[in-house]
Amino acid sequence: MNTAVRPIKTAAENALVEQFTAAKARLPGNRDAREKAFGAVVEGLPHRRVEEWKYTDLRALMRDAKPLADLPTDAQVAAVDRKRVLTSFDASKIVFANGSLIESLSDLGKLPAGVEAVSLAKAYASDLPLLARFGEAEAPEDNAAIALNTAFVSDGVLIRIAAGTKVDRPLHLAFGQDGEGHASYARILIVVEDDAKVEIVESHFGEGHHQTNSYVELLAGDRTDINLIKLQAESLDTQHLATLAIKLGAESSLQTVAVARGSDVARQQVFVKFEGDNTKASLNGISLSGARRHLDTTFFADHASYGCESRELFKSVLDGDSRSVFQGKILVRQNAQKTDGRMMSRALMLSEGSEADLKPELEIYADDVQCAHGATCGALDEDHLFYLMARGISKIDAQAILVEAFVGEVLDMVEDEGLKDALAVVTNSWLMARD
Amino acid sequence: MLSIKNLYARIEDNGQEIIKGLNLEVPTGQVHAIMGPNGSGKSTLSYVLAGKEDYEVTEGSVELDGEDLLELEADERANKGVFLAFQYPLEIPGVGTMTFLKAALNAQRRARDEGEISTPDFIKMVRQHASDLGIDQDMLKRSLNVGFSGGEKKRAEILQMSLLQPKLAILDETDSGLDIDALKVVSDGVNRLRSPDRSFVVITHYQRLLNYIKPDVVHVMSKGRIVRSGGPELALELEKNGYAEYVEAA
Repeated sequence: MNTAVRPIKTAAENALVEQFTAAKARLPGNRDAREKAFGAVVEGLPHRRVEEWKYTDLRALMRDAKPLADLPTDAQVAAVDRKRVLTSFDASKIVFANGSLIESLSDLGKLPAGVEAVSLAKAYASDLPLLARFGEAEAPEDNAAIALNTAFVSDGVLIRIAAGTKVDRPLHLAFGQDGEGHASYARILIVVEDDAKVEIVESHFGEGHHQTNSYVELLAGDRTDINLIKLQAESLDTQHLATLAIKLGAESSLQTVAVARGSDVARQQVFVKFEGDNTKASLNGISLSGARRHLDTTFFADHASYGCESRELFKSVLDGDSRSVFQGKILVRQNAQKTDGRMMSRALMLSEGSEADLKPELEIYADDVQCAHGATCGALDEDHLFYLMARGISKIDAQAILVEAFVGEVLDMVEDEGLKDALAVVTNSWLMARD
Repeated sequence: MLSIKNLYARIEDNGQEIIKGLNLEVPTGQVHAIMGPNGSGKSTLSYVLAGKEDYEVTEGSVELDGEDLLELEADERANKGVFLAFQYPLEIPGVGTMTFLKAALNAQRRARDEGEISTPDFIKMVRQHASDLGIDQDMLKRSLNVGFSGGEKKRAEILQMSLLQPKLAILDETDSGLDIDALKVVSDGVNRLRSPDRSFVVITHYQRLLNYIKPDVVHVMSKGRIVRSGGPELALELEKNGYAEYVEAA
């Protein structure tokens, strides 16, 4: 990261300093950690001359810094409850409104056996030992999205899946926003102990011009089996910064599918560290952008162990003057022999005005590995369109069928049929609106 | 009745003229074969009739039962009853065969104000036609044409035709890549659809197909025009003498 000191200039940067100064006294938890994290931000927001932010110039994109959200009113809680998404599939819910965990909407008291969940606010109050595990996945602390989260976060949840537990009912972390123009931060720790199995769904939704920042840290033990599904369906005026930091133990299996449909500006960062041998991870995503929206997925896989396999498939569909960014990097350390890594990113551009930036990278220090990456971007195949139209299907429907097929390769990885259908409906709603 | 008058068409990208003053009339209920050497413009004619955007019609007219087809988009032509069985049916990964068939059938039904077909009726209908064509149920579960053999793709085209019941069916080298058994199955499928309300344009290099699908009229196409027309015996003559005289004459 560029550490050159330069004067703070933008309105957003000024506002962040004011807000932090005003809020730090009342924010819970470790004050030193907050100060230190804010120190990374106070230098200034990252911009296009910082390589990791080259295509998502946060300094330019972030016009202002919204004030920290107050505790939600009853009306706002009710509104969030009404707007929840992915409600048709059965799960234990943990619901947040404007960044605060809402116990009355959540199933904290009736979680499946072997599953514990404590709100971050309560964990701070009782100095819960689990708190010490934040940061174990070793995501870069000075990363702007992470540093902002560390500086400002006030609530979240810590979840522990006890060793050997096969959780048969998925957990659903639902983050809703209501009201006008606030910033909300949430931090989630998920510890999956050895031999445990769990499916976790994360959804983001709501209305208003907000800035949301979520930081999910997943620490998986050995022989774990984990499924993560995320739907980002924030309002189209929202700035969404999200980080998923993962540490995987040995002989484990992880699959993630993330669908980005909402937000004006969104960046999803994924950091995966393979810490145990012979683990397999499949990390996948879809982004759907239109109008002048900007969606970024930045991915980093750190192979630090023997015989691990990673598969990445990211697909973006762009319309209007929108922009999608995929930066993916696979690092294979010297001791990570027999690593098998494959990363593919594809952009489907439905308009002349859209822009896709795909940047795959491999950095390999071991000599007995298989790694490959690919990136494609292009328009819909005219011959395919003609074939469908020659059977009577209208152009708009033919395009929709082909786009659904394009993203279907990722959606098909979602095993739960109800959830897959719900995500297909989201894709379809975007196709109808192209916004 | 399909009526093509003085048709000129060129490739849009490079302006190369392929169809050069073609005239053809296919009365309703008849089967017309178009034969001709490679490069004579047969496939281009089929694409121009179906409405592929890569070709530009510069002169002439194409009417189906008095309606100007050239004014219509490909989907609108299909909804008016035009069906092209592709020489090379496209593989479309991720689009389920059944999803596609249903979308096509319902699009055409909607265009004709017939209302959408119910799913059970649709499945029953597909199964019946598929079984007549020796199409395995497993094939229907796959993505459209993906992993289908050459013969399976051609059968799938005929299945689509059977479901869509067009007024005008254009078969573009439906016999290419078929072994004798598959040729017979496909031909039987076509013959079952012959009716006084339906016309066929059968494009082929070889007379062999016409042993199975008996044409009313055979046309010879060369250098973008119909250069000779005759009865079924013309196909036999071509088989014997080849296309050399037409290539030179035209």
